[in-house]
Amino acid sequence: MTVTAKAPPVLDERLGKARVLDRLVVRPEIGAALGALLVFLFFSVVTDQFLSLGGVATWLDDASTLGIMAVAVALLMIGGEFDLSAGVMTASTALVTAILSTQLGLNVWLALLVSLAFALAVGALNGWLVMRTGLPSFIVTLGSFLALQGLNLGVTRLITGTVQVSGMRETVGYESAGYLFASTFNIAGQPFYVSIIWWVLFTAVAATLLVRTKFGNWIFAVGGAALSSRAVGVPVLRTKVILFMTTAFAAWLVGSINILRFTSVQANQGIGLEFQFIIAAVIGGCLLTGGFGSAVGAAIGALIFGMARQGIVYANWNSDWFQLFLGVMLLSAVLVNNVLRRRAERVRR
Amino acid sequence: MTTPLIEVEDIGKTYGSVIALSDVSTVVNAGEVTCVLGDNGAGKSTLIKILAGVHQHDAGTFKVEGEEIRFSSPREALDHGIATVYQDLAVVPLMSVWRNFFLGSEPTTTFGFIDRKKGREVTRKALSDMGIDLRDVEQPVGTLSGGERQCVAIARAVHFGAKVLILDEPTAALGVKQAGVVLKYVAQARDRGLGVVLITHNPHHAYPVGNRFLLLKRGRALGCYEKDEINLEELTRQMAGGAELEALAHELRAVEA
Repeated sequence: MTVTAKAPPVLDERLGKARVLDRLVVRPEIGAALGALLVFLFFSVVTDQFLSLGGVATWLDDASTLGIMAVAVALLMIGGEFDLSAGVMTASTALVTAILSTQLGLNVWLALLVSLAFALAVGALNGWLVMRTGLPSFIVTLGSFLALQGLNLGVTRLITGTVQVSGMRETVGYESAGYLFASTFNIAGQPFYVSIIWWVLFTAVAATLLVRTKFGNWIFAVGGAALSSRAVGVPVLRTKVILFMTTAFAAWLVGSINILRFTSVQANQGIGLEFQFIIAAVIGGCLLTGGFGSAVGAAIGALIFGMARQGIVYANWNSDWFQLFLGVMLLSAVLVNNVLRRRAERVRR
Repeated sequence: MTTPLIEVEDIGKTYGSVIALSDVSTVVNAGEVTCVLGDNGAGKSTLIKILAGVHQHDAGTFKVEGEEIRFSSPREALDHGIATVYQDLAVVPLMSVWRNFFLGSEPTTTFGFIDRKKGREVTRKALSDMGIDLRDVEQPVGTLSGGERQCVAIARAVHFGAKVLILDEPTAALGVKQAGVVLKYVAQARDRGLGVVLITHNPHHAYPVGNRFLLLKRGRALGCYEKDEINLEELTRQMAGGAELEALAHELRAVEA
């Protein structure tokens, strides 16, 4: 993915030559790329399965659904907002699809459409509430997180009597929908999940959008300085609402991938994942304060997640160590990001 | 006599029971600088927010090129050629100079992508036309000095065809030399035929570039003078509260004695 590559600028005589390091440092994803390389090399040496085709397929798959969400959350964070309901949304959308098709006998495609509409509506509501009230999105989406969690459990128990919906395999349209969201493709005889392609596609679109389009420019602007952006005519409300809806869309995509692959869904699924999305985005170079970050970086952040989580399994270590690794990664990422921001925001009078 | 770009007559604004502005009249002509002077709370911000479309007036008339108008948003004011550069809100610090320059009016190629090459070149050219020579338009605006940032914002407004440029305390946070640089660009914008509204509380910054001086105090106009009607001493005296300041000086002398 070289969409972020820059053309060499016309040089001024006051610009020294040794700027390669400076240039690299201002790319937000560079730290994550180095980290990913280290993790990759480490587990390739320490374990046997990690570099095997089967191993690669496993950690890529682990990273894929997380990556789709991390990229969407990264866009939202660059736009200066958080979405704590993103994790539970992946379960809510799966539940809507599953209940409509297994309980009401709806065609899976129709159920998917309804759940997409539901997701976009929740996203729009999140964005609208944040913008209308002026409250921090952290609090507003904490509210929608709890509300969705309650709805997931309550409605599921009301309809099925249990906290799980299953039986997707017998529904109308499962085959074709499953082909799009949950099939596998073979490379050298090794099956890879199609979710990996969705992840790469989503990242490519997001990265292009971010650095090559007007809307991408507005994302950086509303996250960096919302009032200044409004003063020069950027539609701040519309931009932020669309970002919340994008996160909801990603949650629908991941929810659909999950329900069609596992054919059943637990009503309490997805809780806690919202922080993994934010962590992956931060590891990928997003600032918590908005206005700076990268879609490719967030995808790499998710890749580090997937590699470490599966690598620890291959190395036969206790998975407790994963949390320690995560904490260290997050802290070092935040420290690096902080230095970067100070470089960029350094004020000279 | 040509129609003034902006003409306000007996304009007023209240927030609830607070009268922020009342009975203020002035004009802004092309190629002239109208300075709005006043202490904190004098109503300077309210006046420019009405001109910029952030707030709406609720008394008097507001004409743009002879046509009575009431803006509902800053975008609408922009569409009428009225651009505002705010003291702290001029730019987005983390974005590069050229992305800031084109923010809200990005140049696109036929496929709808941002034309980055054009963006960089036009920015460099527009800035150098204003006499601003930047090392690298790809650097974040946050790395520029306060004066340079104001200049980027002014150059942007000029480039995008503003007819009226409203500058909110452009020199307030700047050192002497930086303030001088900004005032030079104010004069340059004026000489290009723009009407400029310069808000400041420093008569020494206003007097050299201004053609007309509107003095505000507690939401009312103390007076509106053409340059030949007033000199710098009188302007400073009125600005500082005139008689009040003399009384204060008298008191201080009494304390010392």
